[in-house]
Amino acid sequence: MTTNDQIEHEEEVTRRNFLYVATGVVGAVGVVSAAWPLVDQMNPSADVLALASVEVDMSSIPEGQTVKVLWRGKPIFIRHRTAKEIARGVSEDNDPMKDPALDKDRAQKPEWLVMIGICTHLGCVPLDNTEFQSGEYGGWYCPCHGSEYDIAGRIRKGPAPRNLEIPKYEYLNDTTVKIG
Amino acid sequence: MGSSTYVPKSKAGKWFEERLPIMGLIHGTLGAGYNAPRNLNYWWNFGSLAGFMLVVQILTGIILVMHYTPHVDFAFRAVEHIMRDVNYGWLLRYTHSNGASMFFVVVYIHILRGMYFGSYKSPREVLWFLGLVIYLLMMATGFMGYVLPWGQMSFWGATVITNLFGAFNFYDGMGDSILHLLWGGFSVDNPTLQRFFSLHYLLPFVIVGVVILHIWALHLPGSNNPLGIDAKGPGDKIPFHPYYTAKDAFGLSFFIVIFALFIFYMPNIMGHPDNYIEANPMVTPSHIVPEWYYLPFYTILKAVPDKLFGVIAMFSSILIFFVLPWLDGSKVRSAKFRPATAFFFWLFIINAIFLGYLGTKLPSAIIINMGGGIDALTLGRIASVLYFAYFIVVVPLVSRMESTKPVPTSIAQSVLDARKEG
Amino acid sequence: MLKIVKNIGLATMIILGSVSLAYASGGSSYELKKHDWPHAGPFGKFDKAALQRGLQVYKEVCSACHSLNMVAFRELTALGYNEAEVKAFAAEYEFLDGTDDEGEEKYRKGKPQDYFPAPFTSEAEARDSNNGALPPDFSLLGKSREHLSMFTPWNSIYSEDYIVGILTTYHEEAPHGFEISDGMHFNETFLGNKIAMAPPLSDELVEYADGTKATTEQMAQDVATFMYWAAEPKMEARKEMGFKVIIFMTILTIMLYFVNKSVWRKVKKGDDLV
Repeated sequence: MTTNDQIEHEEEVTRRNFLYVATGVVGAVGVVSAAWPLVDQMNPSADVLALASVEVDMSSIPEGQTVKVLWRGKPIFIRHRTAKEIARGVSEDNDPMKDPALDKDRAQKPEWLVMIGICTHLGCVPLDNTEFQSGEYGGWYCPCHGSEYDIAGRIRKGPAPRNLEIPKYEYLNDTTVKIG
Repeated sequence: MGSSTYVPKSKAGKWFEERLPIMGLIHGTLGAGYNAPRNLNYWWNFGSLAGFMLVVQILTGIILVMHYTPHVDFAFRAVEHIMRDVNYGWLLRYTHSNGASMFFVVVYIHILRGMYFGSYKSPREVLWFLGLVIYLLMMATGFMGYVLPWGQMSFWGATVITNLFGAFNFYDGMGDSILHLLWGGFSVDNPTLQRFFSLHYLLPFVIVGVVILHIWALHLPGSNNPLGIDAKGPGDKIPFHPYYTAKDAFGLSFFIVIFALFIFYMPNIMGHPDNYIEANPMVTPSHIVPEWYYLPFYTILKAVPDKLFGVIAMFSSILIFFVLPWLDGSKVRSAKFRPATAFFFWLFIINAIFLGYLGTKLPSAIIINMGGGIDALTLGRIASVLYFAYFIVVVPLVSRMESTKPVPTSIAQSVLDARKEG
Repeated sequence: MLKIVKNIGLATMIILGSVSLAYASGGSSYELKKHDWPHAGPFGKFDKAALQRGLQVYKEVCSACHSLNMVAFRELTALGYNEAEVKAFAAEYEFLDGTDDEGEEKYRKGKPQDYFPAPFTSEAEARDSNNGALPPDFSLLGKSREHLSMFTPWNSIYSEDYIVGILTTYHEEAPHGFEISDGMHFNETFLGNKIAMAPPLSDELVEYADGTKATTEQMAQDVATFMYWAAEPKMEARKEMGFKVIIFMTILTIMLYFVNKSVWRKVKKGDDLV
């Protein structure tokens, strides 16, 4: 075999290997692209996403009452706080807390407290102690493991690690909020 | 299935192979360890294509179930929910619904290839049986799947097909008892839908099991080939990998292009528009037609004036394939060397397509209009008789009487002969 | 053998072609007029202005009797509306929202996630208000009235043409000798030519927001476009993806063709045997 033949042969082998590798790469891209719809179909569908935000007209909630609305399968507490409650929340701002937060940071407008009504301990829905300001802190009480939240939804006692979560929400007008 | 000539390269591979020789199994079944005849043509691609379609149907099916509700009140809407709201839901459903048709196209070609090249003949009879079992399971699965969208054709197709079983009325009330058992009620209704759903989910996995047996039975005698002669010497065979993996990959890729044309550009062409109308037990569509892949058998059913014998004729038209290995008495397998067999084979296909065409017609429809006019029923009867005549008369006689062309001594020799000729 | 295959293919096409021919010509002696729909064909896209006009016709005319159960207001963004417009559109509808403290039915405004409300609460009510006939739901009529032919596509009947046909081929007087009962109307397109629906459209019946002249034909085409969209809202996404997939798979197929050829290079001709 002459050197020339050898070179030609090697060139052919290189070309062939390039073809195999390139085809393999394109094939792999195809397989991955085909797999994506099979995975993405598990993400929330359009009708579920349409419910991802709710608008609540709060004008009908009288002062001193809590309304529960369902958002993304979770209860949302909307509390129309009285001036007395707000004052109590602010006055306790400096009390010792596990997850310290100021009352003014817990609500965009102090009279409207909007929180996810799920205990940050293990996911139960806390009971409402607000009506008669009963319990030690006058807020919410989780029956599962005895966590107690105050009138601003801050954790004050019990095993829960964090304050009741505040969802993302915005005011569309004075009394309508869009949650989510 | 596979031979155990596989030797893992890495130490970890060896360690694993000693404990579970699965790589060796794959290597011996679909890898370099399996030697296949060197002369397989493109008709032999359809086996792997059928395997691909089975996987596609199972994958898309499992996903569709995640969004579907098998209840008469919700099923129709659930399908529309998939089509409209689920991410890529339309793609998955169209793939599944057109996939069923493609699966049947591929399997029909696979079966006919076996018929033409004599793949059912000794020693591959059990392989042939297992294939037919897969086909029967596919028919059942396809039928029950078509019921799930709960459209008008779903409902009335289910009603007509289940009523076939009422033909087995050997004592008073027996037919009704069978139907009540099938329906879980007194008509096709929610219990029927739910059991069909359950079985539609189950049967594909049974098919997978039979496919494994099918491949097992294939690997004992090895693949048949276009010449129909046994591959004996080492020169007759080549390793499955890379030769047939490359060929199958090319065939698969080409097939997907065709498949995609249906999914993306004519997704509803193989379905029936009435299935976009929700099932209504009070209104029968003006014209009930089964899915195209059942049409030839549907014509045979309609051709027989007696209900019981019609049903028996219809089932016989499929079951008769089981005795084909014995109806054919020729010593030569491939129709390549049996001109008369090849001729009648093509006639059989034309007749079968004609049967399928008649399946779409009302029995009274005039098909051939020459002065008088011959209706679909009459033609259906003629075509049905021809269908059975092929098995009962033509194949036994022709296979025993025809003079065959000379058969090459070996596959390698035929390749060398062709080489000499240019 | 290839020749035989070709012949069989040809025979099949002729047979299947005649199937659809027979289908298309069967039933009525009137010819259905075909239109060039901008959304037809492999690159077809919806005419958004027509969709919006079609929605207007549906809302102002058809929705008095026909429901559109499967379509949610939120989907109307596909017609070219923005979210605020969709919200305002939804708010024009009212939905029952439980009862108030006195047990009276309470209503709320529609939201984007709501579905088009049905004009009748039950089939019985619908039939009662329509002389015993049931006005079909519009959601899927865009697909359920088509008859597609694979081998002779020119014989296919598309739902859009059929819908326009229904809406525009009423005769005031049934042809001589054609028996028609009270409350029924003669229509060229409808199967059997007897339809319970009174001619729903007449020129200038609606006043189009975009100033298009509202002829009967125009309204019929617009609402047919809208109905096809309602039946197949993912059509554009489907065709776009299909184009990409087919280009990609064609390239991969060509590459695999050469890979296959290269793998078989020696064996094909029997070079390994000599």
